[in-house]
Amino acid sequence: MKPKGWKDLPPGSVVLEGGSAAKFKTGSWRAFRPIWKDENCIQCLFCWIYCPDMAVKVKDGKRGDFDYDYCKGCGICALECPGKKGQKAIVMTEEGK
Amino acid sequence: MATTLTLKELSKKEDRFTHGHRMCSGCGAPIVVKIALMATDYPVVISNATGCLEVSSCISEFTAWNVPWIHTAFENAAATLSGVETMYRSLKKQGKMDREVKFIAFGGDGGTYDIGFQSLSGAMERGHDMIYICYDNGAYMNTGIQRSSATPLGADTTTCPAGSVIPGKLRSRKNLTKIMAAHNIPYVAQASPSHWQDFAKKVQKAHEIKGPKFINVIAPCNRGWRSKTNDAILLSRLAVNTCYWPLYEIENGTTKITVTPKQKLPIVDFLKPQGRFKHLFSPENEGLLTQVQDEIDREWEKLLKEAKTD
Repeated sequence: MKPKGWKDLPPGSVVLEGGSAAKFKTGSWRAFRPIWKDENCIQCLFCWIYCPDMAVKVKDGKRGDFDYDYCKGCGICALECPGKKGQKAIVMTEEGK
Repeated sequence: MATTLTLKELSKKEDRFTHGHRMCSGCGAPIVVKIALMATDYPVVISNATGCLEVSSCISEFTAWNVPWIHTAFENAAATLSGVETMYRSLKKQGKMDREVKFIAFGGDGGTYDIGFQSLSGAMERGHDMIYICYDNGAYMNTGIQRSSATPLGADTTTCPAGSVIPGKLRSRKNLTKIMAAHNIPYVAQASPSHWQDFAKKVQKAHEIKGPKFINVIAPCNRGWRSKTNDAILLSRLAVNTCYWPLYEIENGTTKITVTPKQKLPIVDFLKPQGRFKHLFSPENEGLLTQVQDEIDREWEKLLKEAKTD
């Protein structure tokens, strides 16, 4: 994303719309990538509530995949994931491997 | 306006604090904010003291807030919000506004325990109808981990570095939750993001009470606590289970413990994963470790007694 020049910004650099941070993608910060395994998921949504970056997509109360545009790869979701029969539904893998 | 507190129902709501904010990876503060804001359907107005949360949620051109939000200086989040709340009451009286609006102030421990303390105390004493939520990460993390009056005993920070001269901070943290309770306000509580339902319930309850309310929430900071990026929730849960951060509420002077740990864990379980307490585990600092444990036991016993007699 190209930064705006001063001529493109509103006077005083006022922010004119709410929630505009969504246009700023923080996914490039990630060093570790969470991988979601649907077959081990019990739909507890703990990953969703504990995600500091609102990077877990949930639709109609059902968990979807990660939003890699925003996930910073902290790994809270993988640690908190209860999984199924001892098998975690979220595992962390190194980026670029 | 009660919101059903199940994750399934909550997940259907629109985010009031969006992604794209620039808090560190694994920060506890956005989790605190998101739970606090999703707990209610009321329109809210936020006043935010300077701190990590403020500087990284509204970096030029962008804002992560989907609700009216005012950035205030370090010392006056509560004072600013008192003014807004007073104006709202006046507009209501004049018949220019009829919507039910709720007011929330957010501040870190530096902006609440230290710099913003007098404005907070004033707002609580004047009885403004608002909730002040302090996210306590135990130091001035935003400016580079300087000690605050919320920093626990023995913690290593850049202004009380552990070494051959001192073993980290020499003073105990002050108990702000109790200080706020001493203002005789209708509702004071302590919460943790790990127990999200307990926290959301407290916010909901606070919204329904008229007058000043205060909620103190622990918010792990992996940079300042020198821990892993993935353990914010784990550490806040350990803080509750070791009774370092007991979950309780004081409603109209009556103390109630909302979550009692099944088994009270030794404080070392909470200290061990944190690099800021690493030096406490060397033989010469054994006495300090016992002192920390004794202090926590004493406070917990006191709290149990208060909850029993009330």
